[in-house]
Amino acid sequence: MAKVLMKGNEAIGEAAIRAGCRNFFGYPITPQSEVPEYLSRRFPEVGGTYVQAESEVAAINMLYGGAGVGKRVLTTSSSPGISLMSEGISYIAACELPVVLVNIVRGGPGLGGILPAQSDYHQATRGIGHGDFRLLVLAPASVQEAVNLIYEAFDLADRYRNPVLILGDGMIGQMMEPVEFPPMRPLDSLPEKPWAATGMKDRPQNVINSLYLNEHELNAHNFKLKAKYDQVAREQVRFETWRCDGDLDVLVVAFGTMARIVKTALADFNAAGGRGGVFRPITLWPYPHEQLRETARRAKKVLVIEMNTGQMIDDVRMALGPDREVGFFGRTGGVVPTPDDVLAAIGEVTGKGAAR
Amino acid sequence: MQTEVIMAGFGGQGVITAGYLLAQAALAEEREVTWLPSYGPEMRGGTANCTVVVGDEPIGSPLVSAPKVAVVMNRPSLEKFAPKLKPGGLLVVDSCLIPIRSDRTDIREFRIRADDLAVSAGSRKGANLAMLGALLGILPLVSRETAEKIIGKHFAKKPQFIESNLQAFLLGFEQAKAGKSDE
Amino acid sequence: MKAIFGYPKSLQSRTTHYCPGCTHGVIHRLVAESIDELGLRERTVAVAPVGCSVLAYNYFNCDSFEASHGRAPAVATGAKRCRPDLIVFTYQGDGDLASIGMAEIVHAANRGEKITVIFVNNAIYGMTGGQMAPTTLPGQVTSTSPFGRDTELAGWPIRVAELLATLRGKAYIARVAAHTPLLTIKAKAAIRRAFDLQRRDECFTFVEVLSTCPTNWGMTPNEATEWLERNMMPYYRLGVLKEPGDFVPYSVERG
Repeated sequence: MAKVLMKGNEAIGEAAIRAGCRNFFGYPITPQSEVPEYLSRRFPEVGGTYVQAESEVAAINMLYGGAGVGKRVLTTSSSPGISLMSEGISYIAACELPVVLVNIVRGGPGLGGILPAQSDYHQATRGIGHGDFRLLVLAPASVQEAVNLIYEAFDLADRYRNPVLILGDGMIGQMMEPVEFPPMRPLDSLPEKPWAATGMKDRPQNVINSLYLNEHELNAHNFKLKAKYDQVAREQVRFETWRCDGDLDVLVVAFGTMARIVKTALADFNAAGGRGGVFRPITLWPYPHEQLRETARRAKKVLVIEMNTGQMIDDVRMALGPDREVGFFGRTGGVVPTPDDVLAAIGEVTGKGAAR
Repeated sequence: MQTEVIMAGFGGQGVITAGYLLAQAALAEEREVTWLPSYGPEMRGGTANCTVVVGDEPIGSPLVSAPKVAVVMNRPSLEKFAPKLKPGGLLVVDSCLIPIRSDRTDIREFRIRADDLAVSAGSRKGANLAMLGALLGILPLVSRETAEKIIGKHFAKKPQFIESNLQAFLLGFEQAKAGKSDE
Repeated sequence: MKAIFGYPKSLQSRTTHYCPGCTHGVIHRLVAESIDELGLRERTVAVAPVGCSVLAYNYFNCDSFEASHGRAPAVATGAKRCRPDLIVFTYQGDGDLASIGMAEIVHAANRGEKITVIFVNNAIYGMTGGQMAPTTLPGQVTSTSPFGRDTELAGWPIRVAELLATLRGKAYIARVAAHTPLLTIKAKAAIRRAFDLQRRDECFTFVEVLSTCPTNWGMTPNEATEWLERNMMPYYRLGVLKEPGDFVPYSVERG
């Protein structure tokens, strides 16, 4: 199939359809509203159903219902909306329902702003709801990667019976890039879900439930989930290294669109005689701790750059240990660091300037 | 080799569309390209802009602090983006609408009466395409033929606009190619 | 020999945790009998709430969800929209539906979701131990209205059936009670009609059932029944508030 030029948000919608999703439940919020807009006009062509929920709280519970009857379901939102969904996400994880969530992050806290940010890293990887659970968190850096990850996210969600979160930002949502779509999944090729609540015929009752009034049963359930998360951590760690061969003056750790901006800056840094590389985690959970530790061995300096005040840096510190110094540069609230800003930050930690 | 272009003006002047057409033309020529619009409240009545990056290698930042090119269709956009241009950069100005000049001496400023050209081409609405034509007349980021094909395709559902838009594009293109900057 | 009375197939054969004198058990049975009689059990999905009936999935013998507090209509919406061939019903109390879940019930009704909602109104929070509910009557003493509900401070009890009946769309909305044999027969008819309308893909269906809570009202079952008759029934009038046939097409409304 030929490449088409498409906005990230619309491409996310199309990728979900290609993956066999025919049910979307959501609520408008900038900067992701093009996803529901796209699906509300595209679904009638493929036999899908778009429901505009009365709130994000309702939307996530509709997802719970839709996933519980065995269908591939999607919602997309942005930071404050994801906060409202957090209770429902906890129920979904507890009930081991496969759903795909997209957070096109905007600046917070509070009502914040609507411009690109990465300030929901902690929320996504640590604290998206109450209780002991994990989401798979995937962070695309381009529209094409967003498409590929959404397409795969539905399979991952089904395989592990777990919610998968795509963490993008306003840039991913609003940007247009050439993109090639994977083929349309035939709906009859989607996995069977014998656990779903689809009506009892000749089998015992299926109940989608997270209530365990017996403490030992709840304890056992939580350790069953833990074993699953351990398996995900063994099987699904993903990352990209860029210009990381040989010894490095600096290894910059960045995720999502921020990593692209860093690459632009490092191209100039390297052209001026520096040696810099990028380590870009693609799975923010499970985080590529070991792979980062290995790559960082060859770097004189490690610099973390994020569109927040320092959140992923916790994972970097966890990977590198307390003895390793880790530099940080960040901007928030929709102030996107420019390649010049990044170059200046790199100059500061390496002592090597590179004029642009 | 990559070129960053910011297209800016009032909402409704068609700068977002002009940038989109440039991006489509770049894709048609199998170049790497990103298109990033300004979004949010600034779209509501204020100035609008989009950034198009065209290159031969995968594009890093879709967001540009110092573009090589700015195509401006109102005064606030000139005041905002002219100071940010890279030395040696190109500023394309609709001189019908912008009485002032940039005070930069290290860039090329090309002034063109895009609004007038569009009116003479049949519709004032084509000023954005006269500006795109002027840009491509100076800097052949994509070929004229590709651009014309993309414009024709874009307006396929409104065929009454195709001719005036193509004509506006051509007038801008030819004036720029001839290097005739207006005052 | 012919069996003329037995356990509905749509109920599991086990003892409930409901208090003596509470009508939840009766209402469960009415729902189960309706599902049985209409032959729907094999494609029915129940959505249990948070409240006294939180364990309803242990009593209904059909596939089930346990929803978060107040969100059962949203869960039912998701299930029904994804699988329109299923029969989906929620079973909710007054705290769940009329307080925390007010947005979900109003919007599910307004979208005309083809689900059935069984709303059990006993004018109090039962599971948490007798606090004031949105449906608690003026002057009614509860653990959080120890001097009686003061409408100046806490507002008036919400008549949910009337409220939903004001919505423009097609719906079946009724209020019944289940504390006497005659009323129970009428309640059964309303519940069965609601499921039948869903079976025919007709409209949103909602049956409010007035119920007693002897434990938290601090009464014997007989006193509770009398209290319901004397206090609740004058405020919450029984009857059918809306029939699908009442629906007026937009073109007719505009003349």
